[in-house]
Amino acid sequence: MTFLGRLLGREGIAKSSGKVAKERLKFVLEYDRARLTPAQLEEIRDEIISVISRHVDIADRGVEVTLEEGGRLVAEISLSDRQIAGNVRVSKR
Amino acid sequence: MERSDMARVITVTSGKGGVGKTTTTANIGVALAKRGLRVVVIDGDIGLRNLDVVMGLENRVVYNLLHVIRGTVDAERALIRDKRVDGLMMLAADQHSEKDDVSADEMVQVCDALRASFDYVIVDSPAGIEQGFRNALAPADLVIVIATPEVSSVRDADRVIGLVEAAGKPTPRLILNRIKANMVARGDMMDTEDVLDILRIELLGVVPEDEAILAATNRGEPVALDGTTHSGRAFANIAARLEGENVPLLPLEAAPQGLLNRLSGFFRSVDHDAEGRGGAA
Repeated sequence: MTFLGRLLGREGIAKSSGKVAKERLKFVLEYDRARLTPAQLEEIRDEIISVISRHVDIADRGVEVTLEEGGRLVAEISLSDRQIAGNVRVSKR
Repeated sequence: MERSDMARVITVTSGKGGVGKTTTTANIGVALAKRGLRVVVIDGDIGLRNLDVVMGLENRVVYNLLHVIRGTVDAERALIRDKRVDGLMMLAADQHSEKDDVSADEMVQVCDALRASFDYVIVDSPAGIEQGFRNALAPADLVIVIATPEVSSVRDADRVIGLVEAAGKPTPRLILNRIKANMVARGDMMDTEDVLDILRIELLGVVPEDEAILAATNRGEPVALDGTTHSGRAFANIAARLEGENVPLLPLEAAPQGLLNRLSGFFRSVDHDAEGRGGAA
């Protein structure tokens, strides 16, 4: 924030509360409209971990499931360093 | 607009309470009647009667909606004539019953019986999405959703819009209520575009936050009776749009921009720009 801006007593880097309101609304409505709760997303995440782990080694907290704008459910899976280095053997059941 | 000889039934609803359903119902009723139309406003909030006091007709209530439904009196005898505007009538809610004492079918019957004598039947829905809301929704040809530019209100409006559509009714139209121009100008309130961007329904009108509304309601005189206030004009415009006229939105009268305001606004935009380039905020 510029010196003069601070002098004038206005918020600088901080987002305006109107913008924050709109972003929060968009987030909450994605869940409302999809009839999903953050808790359900956790459940989905856990199940994805158990399925993917049968094939590859996943990093700690390596799965992130998010609901994005327009009803896109996105799962991002990060492999563990061991998996990437190639020194892991996953036993297929 | 070609007028059929049957009234249009409009239901005013919001999900969230306290956003101005009753005040809006009263004022749209007044604004339409001032155009020479025959209007009846019905208090659908059974057990929590309020439209009568907002309209200043509380001392004249003898019979109410429930009497009409039970057949105690004819609708004509239960209607209260608003002597200030020709053609405006009100049907009060029963203060001592509950929402479940009325069924959706009964609301449809009452409204249908009134269609032949009026141009507009306007039902003020109770807050919530339970039986009272469903009763108010059942007779509607058109639903007006009221929202204020707040997260909770817009979220509830979104839910209600979904329920209205699920009930097979046309997509509601939005009235954005209590918008404060000075707060919008400094970024501390969502503006009309923000809310429309989220709800994606057609806008019927924007009513500014106006102390004149509170003062008018204190006196039981809907602000639309006096067309000189900003909010009164907003309601007149809403009535015109319901009648099919293409009326532009009133400009939100922003607070006068002093030099300091403009300067700090400039610095703020510079900061936002920097934030955009920097990526992390």
